Amino acid sequence: MLNIISLISGGVFGFGLALSGMVNPSKIIGFLDITGNWDPSLLFVMAGGVLVTIISFRFILNRPTPVFGGKLILPTKQDIDPQLLAGAGLFGIGWALGGFCPGPALSALAYGNEKVFIFVGAMIVGITLAKIGLRSLNPA
Amino acid sequence: MENFTPYASLAGGLLIGVSATLLLMAGRLAGISGILAGLIPFDSKDSLWRILFIVGLIVGAGLYPALGGDMSAMNINPYGLSETAHTALLILAGLLVGIGTYVGAGCTSGHGICGIGRLSVRSIIATVTFVGVAALTVFILRLIVGG
Repeated sequence: MLNIISLISGGVFGFGLALSGMVNPSKIIGFLDITGNWDPSLLFVMAGGVLVTIISFRFILNRPTPVFGGKLILPTKQDIDPQLLAGAGLFGIGWALGGFCPGPALSALAYGNEKVFIFVGAMIVGITLAKIGLRSLNPA
Repeated sequence: MENFTPYASLAGGLLIGVSATLLLMAGRLAGISGILAGLIPFDSKDSLWRILFIVGLIVGAGLYPALGGDMSAMNINPYGLSETAHTALLILAGLLVGIGTYVGAGCTSGHGICGIGRLSVRSIIATVTFVGVAALTVFILRLIVGG
């Protein structure tokens, strides 16, 4: 069941990203460029997304098991540590340089532009480097 | 604000919320950096749902123009750089996004949509941090490249 729901959920997500304009890096930069020709569209995407999740998640998380069966897996960390802030900061710089965050970048692969493949390749290398780096810093 | 698309963006955002709701009903959070990072290194146990989610992302995005959606505003080189400079910048950007989302345990979907939906203080702080740093980075870049 998880597999079918996951495919549908990914499809709705990708369509939503395209409809909202978020697969377009110039719209992201237009949002971040607050002193330029500011485009607040991204705020509307966030507002729409959070409006749904803030209501629906409450009901889902109050249930003993997921609606479609299986097991509920959530992040357990709650602390605001230097690692969270450093990671968010590095992500913020990369997001501003390329205009892509992970969802829109993967979605934009649909349009076949080789530059998007280069970005996604570099992102996968980055995740791999971070995994190796964090593992050597915090050996289990 | 001539590029502002409030209705399409709000509708897209609502769909993203519905997507995250569906996946949570199956027990998983729609944090895309986490879904991708879970495939590295590849481990066949917990991979199929992740791969299918990513396939869905690509197919769903591809359906939008196929169904008549307007993609004419798409511009992946918003700073108007040369081919070589743009490729170099995208590689650096990809590396930073990969490292940053793994170290910070989330991106715009995981922290921004799902984390805020769960009222996680950690996710709210992460979201404010990456949006703030990104806006500052664009401000500095505009001073350098102009426009």
